[in-house]
Amino acid sequence: MVNSATVELVVSAVKVFIVVNVILLMVMVMILAERRISAFIQDRYGPNRVGPFGILQPIADGIKFLFKEDVIPYHVDRFLYLLAPAVILVPSLMTFAIVPFGSSFSFYWGDTPVHVRLQIADLNIGILYFVGIASLAVYGLVIGGYASNNKYSMFGGLRSSAQMISYEIPMGLAIVSVVMLTGSLRLSDIVADQQHMWNVVRQPLGFLIFLVAAFAETNRLPFDLPEAEQELVGGYHTEYSSMKFSAFFIAEYANMITSSALITTLFFGGYHVPFGILEALNLPVAWEVVVHVLSFSIKTAFFLFVYLWVRWTLPRFRYDQLMNLGWKSLLPLSLVNVVLTGIGIAIF
Amino acid sequence: MIKVKKLQAPRMSFWERIYLPNILKGMGITVRHIPKKKFTIQYPEEKWVPRKGYRGAHRLNRDEEGRIKCVACEMCSSACPSDCIHIIGGVSPWDDREKYPVVFEIDMLRCIYCGMCEEACPREAIELTEVYDFADYSREALVWDKEKLLQMYDLTKDNQYYKTRAEKLVRT
Repeated sequence: MVNSATVELVVSAVKVFIVVNVILLMVMVMILAERRISAFIQDRYGPNRVGPFGILQPIADGIKFLFKEDVIPYHVDRFLYLLAPAVILVPSLMTFAIVPFGSSFSFYWGDTPVHVRLQIADLNIGILYFVGIASLAVYGLVIGGYASNNKYSMFGGLRSSAQMISYEIPMGLAIVSVVMLTGSLRLSDIVADQQHMWNVVRQPLGFLIFLVAAFAETNRLPFDLPEAEQELVGGYHTEYSSMKFSAFFIAEYANMITSSALITTLFFGGYHVPFGILEALNLPVAWEVVVHVLSFSIKTAFFLFVYLWVRWTLPRFRYDQLMNLGWKSLLPLSLVNVVLTGIGIAIF
Repeated sequence: MIKVKKLQAPRMSFWERIYLPNILKGMGITVRHIPKKKFTIQYPEEKWVPRKGYRGAHRLNRDEEGRIKCVACEMCSSACPSDCIHIIGGVSPWDDREKYPVVFEIDMLRCIYCGMCEEACPREAIELTEVYDFADYSREALVWDKEKLLQMYDLTKDNQYYKTRAEKLVRT
């Protein structure tokens, strides 16, 4: 007879292990996809020599990072300098914990029924956890920029903090309007609420605001001012080398993955399959779980592609334009959106 | 008095001010580039054939009997602005000329491929070919001697140098 608490623990541990590894694997895929899709958009091939279609390129890059000399410049604040990559990497891997990436299934372990929900933690404050932890990432950038003791890195860190604070508010308000519709902060409730109609239909403005804010939060183009190569020589990670540098990169890509997953969860019905296709197919239950995970993955992959797509379409904002957009456009718009949502709820 | 004309930025319409239609249009342009033909030449497999007059690696020409044409007059090494040609002349074993080069070396790393040696040569013995793919691993290997330069003549005399050296040739 297995203790049910033990079962819970084992199931959670297995889920955490799988999710973290899948995220790291996806980071590798993203590194390759970034380089190849960028190349395709610019009428080039990109890295296509290491392995078939260049699929081993991220591994080659990883090996290169491991064998590079790990330089700690003499002018840095050693403690903070070593702390920054960890501070930025940990929150980026933590945020995915609340994302429901599939429905649930049950099986028997001996005699004990085991119920597995495909989500690491179904917190009742779900989305608040995301907002809270994602904001912690800014400490990594600021500490990294400050500890480098280099004016350009410092600028990068400062810019990132200003940018994150500005865009957190519209993002939060866009989330508020979604939460108003659902009446729950729990992400599994938000997904369940979208079974028949995705939130993007009910909240098009909210989706746009969230999308723009998510780009700003992950420091991707057109909002990559913290690491603007042309003016800041790389920004907050200029002084980093070897695996510490790659920690910044893994964190950036992990943030992109989590953001895409959240866009899917909040606005595109999470793991639900649209138009009742799943019901029409009439699959066995086990297969339904697989289809749910697949549906979630495809939606997330699409938004990851959008990240790259936008990167090569839009040029970087100037700093004042960034602030104007954040405070003068997105903030009023998101407030209006909250009010409209409220009126909508009152009427229907 | 200068007439000052004040220009004002044209007023943008509502759709222009929210940028989204234009952003979507731009994204349409980028996505159309993905399936387009790529301009990259996949170098070792595909090679580019230079046009006439391209100045690549040197060669030393042979005459009809297969002898080296060079008479070791050192006009080329005097003309050379980067001083990369080293010639040691000797008494010719043949009756129709007095000298021939015992040693003829070109330092391919010093050379700037200006073609002055070709211009200076009175016997049309030294020429620049279309060959550009002669990278090597050491500085020593890139100091080409007489044998190597004569061999270049054999390889390039019928303009077929790249035919066997790439799976695909790209002509511009």
